[in-house]
Amino acid sequence: MLVDVASLSIAFPTPQGPLPAVREVSFALGAEKLGIVGESGSGKSLTARAILRLLPPNALLTAERLRFDGIDVLHAREAALRAIRGRGAGLILQDPKFSLNPVMTAGGQIAEAWAAHHKGTRRQARQAALDLLRQVQIRDPARVAAAYPHELSGGMGQRVMIAMMLAPGPRLLIADEPTSALDATVQAEILRLVQDLVSRRGMALILISHDLALVSHFCDRVLVMYAGRIVEELKAAELARARHPYTRGLLDCLPSLTHPRPRLPVMVSDPAWLA
Amino acid sequence: MSAARGETWRDWLLSDTPGSRAQAAWGRRWRLWCGFRSNTLAMGGLIVVAVLIALSLAAPWLATHDPGAQALAERLQPPSAAHWLGTDELGRDVFSRLLYGGRITLGMVVAVVLMVAPVGLAIGCVAGYAGGLADRLLMRTTDIFLAFPRLILALAFVAAIRPGVTSAIFAIALTAWPPYARLARAETMTIRGTDFIAATRLTGASMGRIVLRHVAPLCLPSLVVRVTLDMSSIILTAASLGFLGMGAQPPSPEWGAMIATARRFILTEWWVPTIPGVAIFVASLAFNLLGDGLRDVLDPKQR
Amino acid sequence: MIEIENLEVRFRDLHAVRGVSFAAPRGSSFGIVGESGSGKSTILRAYAGLITDWTGTMRLAGSPLARRRERAFFRRVQMVFQDPYGSLHPRQTVDRALSEPLLVHGIGEIEARVLRALAEVALPTSVRFRYPHQLSGGQRQRVAIARALMAEPEVLLLDEPTSALDVSVQAEVLNLLADLRERRRLTYVMVSHNLAVVAHLCDTIGVMLEGEMVEQITAADLRAGRAAHPHTAALRALSTELEEA
Repeated sequence: MLVDVASLSIAFPTPQGPLPAVREVSFALGAEKLGIVGESGSGKSLTARAILRLLPPNALLTAERLRFDGIDVLHAREAALRAIRGRGAGLILQDPKFSLNPVMTAGGQIAEAWAAHHKGTRRQARQAALDLLRQVQIRDPARVAAAYPHELSGGMGQRVMIAMMLAPGPRLLIADEPTSALDATVQAEILRLVQDLVSRRGMALILISHDLALVSHFCDRVLVMYAGRIVEELKAAELARARHPYTRGLLDCLPSLTHPRPRLPVMVSDPAWLA
Repeated sequence: MSAARGETWRDWLLSDTPGSRAQAAWGRRWRLWCGFRSNTLAMGGLIVVAVLIALSLAAPWLATHDPGAQALAERLQPPSAAHWLGTDELGRDVFSRLLYGGRITLGMVVAVVLMVAPVGLAIGCVAGYAGGLADRLLMRTTDIFLAFPRLILALAFVAAIRPGVTSAIFAIALTAWPPYARLARAETMTIRGTDFIAATRLTGASMGRIVLRHVAPLCLPSLVVRVTLDMSSIILTAASLGFLGMGAQPPSPEWGAMIATARRFILTEWWVPTIPGVAIFVASLAFNLLGDGLRDVLDPKQR
Repeated sequence: MIEIENLEVRFRDLHAVRGVSFAAPRGSSFGIVGESGSGKSTILRAYAGLITDWTGTMRLAGSPLARRRERAFFRRVQMVFQDPYGSLHPRQTVDRALSEPLLVHGIGEIEARVLRALAEVALPTSVRFRYPHQLSGGQRQRVAIARALMAEPEVLLLDEPTSALDVSVQAEVLNLLADLRERRRLTYVMVSHNLAVVAHLCDTIGVMLEGEMVEQITAADLRAGRAAHPHTAALRALSTELEEA
């Protein structure tokens, strides 16, 4: 198992006491594509970041087991963690505008990511960067490599981000709402690209999103989170047969082009879901 | 009984469902205060500033001697029971002079700030919101004043009018306002493009109302932080003017002037020039720590 | 009610809106759909008077609109913005935000109207004196809608009103918008990048591509797949592709 999480809990200290954000979440992941779906505040981003212990400094993290690639993340020292971040797992965030360094060229950033985990000359790093840009299906890698992030479109920027994260050759890719800031046409392209790269390299993928339909399209398994807990776990193909009322609620409350309804069913949150 | 009352008063402030605008506003201020309180250095700064102000205000009652009373027989005495911080070159009690000097120095600082901050805020907000010609005119005016070095302008003022505390205050004020205008303008330009200002424009509100009631309140936090941090440099400027003989005139016990007149004793009767110097240092440092603490608490990006 | 003819908006080096024309009769809902950068929000902002550098003709109930809007215009036309957090003043309570339109227009009975507005958007009175950062995204958007309704407008311009909301909250807000339209007989112009959302609420949809409105289609035709322009068909395909999963 690449990722093994048992009873993960994350809380934040507040003047009124610790506020739980993730409550006893357990899951395991091999070389497959896992989707984590939830609305804002469900704890999905924190859960994924906990695998690399990339949490805010005031977060209180407890778990029975938190292992990544054989390493005990819960008790590892910062130096050991720095080794697995990047080389073990890469993280793609929502808006490339905010996650790319605005004063470095795209090629420069990818080369830097490559050089941090490989020994080689600057020319080799630059070559690797161009090669990676080609792998993320950028038709004109030289032009994009020389461009600054603000000169690139959203979809292009996200491809650069993916190239940067793939540079060290990680085993796991965590994509946190990678396409929420992109247009529908570009969304599908980017996700198909991620899917393709992940299968070709034999990597594992954790795709975090609020879009249940999107996630089920591109993943093998889906975890549905609500208020810090996993309320349902199912295979992507079986989404239509989801049983938990929250998952059904998420599916039903979307407006549909093909099945119009004058009023959309509204999710009534059952306090039992918090138990 | 009082414990129970204390509980409900804090509950009232921290309530999630305030019942009035006043309650909501005080609740917000209380939360900011709690955040500020957790910063020990900042609290230290606040306490020192409060103590300095209190001592200065209470000078007439705390001073052991008349700050102007000369006693040449007792000149340059080291600290003793009779004179807690010794005497200066004319036999005047240093402690009493320090207390009264605090009034002058801190008074100058407060006067400058009260003049400078509102003017800078007004100019900056109007320039930032109106844009175009008004912006350019106001900013070029700001640039002109920004180009003057404070001390040189003060000397020029003094040449024109007579040296004294009033001219020093005006001289410092004239060169202190541009940074506030710049700061207010930068903040206003960021705020101007937000959706909530667009929504306010869509209520049909006039530009004056928008700037005064919607934009200016948002510029206040950074202005307050800047003012507090500037206090220390204003103190130093006032003291420098005093040191050059351009500010408070003898026999006024202004701290800078005290250093100037006693500087030839630095190696022998060191306490006479050093003690006012320490006072200036302590005041500057306290304001700096206070300003830092305020910035941590008021800066929206850090909240 | 709303007529726009040949609207052109140019920013310094960008031709954002190129000759867009459409009309929305009173009581109808016109949706504008397109990808980011297609110019759809710009049309709304130009109509609202936030952008003054445009050419063409824009009319409200027959009377043409000038470059600058008078206060009376804002009693008839109001706008709801996309980011509920950004559209509320961070230092003003909900009560203050809702009172502002009343104060500007000199409308009385402020307390009663504020309470009525909160009830209309199904917000509890306990939120009345909260600051925006103490509200959830859905609550903030309701406040924004309530604020827009304070001046009792006839037209609501909706700029991606649910794009920043969770899907469960989106459903509630869409239902609320449908109810309000029914109750107050409002005319909507709604902008979104989400075809399903627009088709849910609007009867006619304009499709934007790079500043031009390439097609105007009824919601029924769109659902049935009778799109004339390839871009419309492409957007429809993307929307239904995921639904079939």
